[in-house]
Amino acid sequence: MENQRDKISDIIKEKNTTIRNEYYNQYVKQVTPTFSTIKNCVKAYIIGGLICTLGQGLTDFFFNKFGDMELAKAYTTTCLVFLSILFTGLGLYQKLAKFGGAGTLVPITGFANSMAAPAIEYKKEGQVFGIGCKIFTIAGPVILYGIFSSWVLGLIYYILKQFNVV
Amino acid sequence: MVDITKNIADGSRMAGKQSIIFRNPPYIIAGSSMAGKKEGEGPLGKGFDQVFEDHMVGKKTWEEAESELMKLAAQKVLEKAGLKNSDIRYLIGGDLLGQLIATSFGVAELNIPIFGVYGACSTMGESMLLGAILVEGGYANRVIAITSSHFAGAEKQFRFPLDYGNQRPFSASWTVTGSGAVIIANHKANNKKDNEPDIVITGVTGGKIVDYGIKDSMNMGAAMAPAAFETIKQNFEDFNIKPSYYDQIITGDLGYVGKNILIELLKEKDYDITDRYIDCGIEIYSKDTQDTHAGGSGCACSAITFTSHVLKNLREGVWKRVLFVPTGALLSQVSFNEGNTVPGIAHAVMVEAR
Repeated sequence: MENQRDKISDIIKEKNTTIRNEYYNQYVKQVTPTFSTIKNCVKAYIIGGLICTLGQGLTDFFFNKFGDMELAKAYTTTCLVFLSILFTGLGLYQKLAKFGGAGTLVPITGFANSMAAPAIEYKKEGQVFGIGCKIFTIAGPVILYGIFSSWVLGLIYYILKQFNVV
Repeated sequence: MVDITKNIADGSRMAGKQSIIFRNPPYIIAGSSMAGKKEGEGPLGKGFDQVFEDHMVGKKTWEEAESELMKLAAQKVLEKAGLKNSDIRYLIGGDLLGQLIATSFGVAELNIPIFGVYGACSTMGESMLLGAILVEGGYANRVIAITSSHFAGAEKQFRFPLDYGNQRPFSASWTVTGSGAVIIANHKANNKKDNEPDIVITGVTGGKIVDYGIKDSMNMGAAMAPAAFETIKQNFEDFNIKPSYYDQIITGDLGYVGKNILIELLKEKDYDITDRYIDCGIEIYSKDTQDTHAGGSGCACSAITFTSHVLKNLREGVWKRVLFVPTGALLSQVSFNEGNTVPGIAHAVMVEAR
């Protein structure tokens, strides 16, 4: 508390705005409440784990049914994406994400949500300029940089292969 | 009794550096408040003129819903004052949406000459300030000052689509859905009860843009607190008064984080406002049950808190004199993406029951 008082006093007295802003940002950081990282990690672990367990259950089910792992994986992805979009449409995914944080973001369900949410929001602006232009507002960067980084990795792989490293 | 005219030249209306004193204080003859469901469930819920369970207010889009709220707020304030559209000389209003579409589409059919203003969440302060100047200057007999905001419309414009799964930090505020309006006139309210005092605007302090370098758009309380600090301090200096001159100092939407920063900043200048200070963003929601984190924000936050809670307390004699200081964060999604800071602004309106 004493420390904070000194900071405030420095902020008020400081004539150089760059330094004053620095002081102010430090002070604000001190007085702004933040989430507990450990608590958030545990919640993300539980929710993310549950989603992945569901995925594993689906994979096992489809593998038993079709006897083909590739097919089972494709069906699992489709089911998870469908469930995510359904939950988004019902307004439940946001509630799950509020609790689970990264646990809902990282699995494929998070990706589906990031496309379904803008689609719902921008439908009112039309099929082309609304959904068409804006469906990738959140997912777009993931796709772009996903493809870009796989291209870079491919290039590295190619070079290493030429030198017989891999 | 403190005489605020002491340091002001005879007949002049310019007080100190940034303030105006009204020689014939204009009257606030009526106020109206339209509120959304969440606001209706909050601590001030009972005081609003109308609460809408439907987020769409019977319309197809968030933007239309906000316009509708504004139209209804304007109609309600006219009804409460016992006036018609044609009795109003000018309307001054604004909102948060790009190019002020909530205002334009909301008030178009009222057929009142309009000035659109943008002060982000401080818009109610700016509208009232300009309205009071027009009325006291003799340029208008009656002016409507109005503003609105809508939670979903603001989220869509400034942040993410509503159903996108993300976590809001504790410093984030919740945009108030609603619309508030007042009529500022050069005469007393003609339909007020016998024992009710007149509500007048005695002076104003226009705010400067104040930027202490906060870049986090999810911590707007911290970004705006310095602006509120500068405006309130200037008000005290321009009129040569102390915090005790007011029964209550009411900021717009600093929330829990910004409120404490403002108190601390003012203390450093030897102004202690702790015992007479509230923030509309804190008053409008219940922190424990409504999950709004830092508190309410948006143009409607200060507007509907003023037109319900504040006007009521002034009318009932709980407070005699208040300093109403709506606060705004002047950012856009572009400025934020381009790495700019979040500049703040605050306008102060001195309101008195007499």
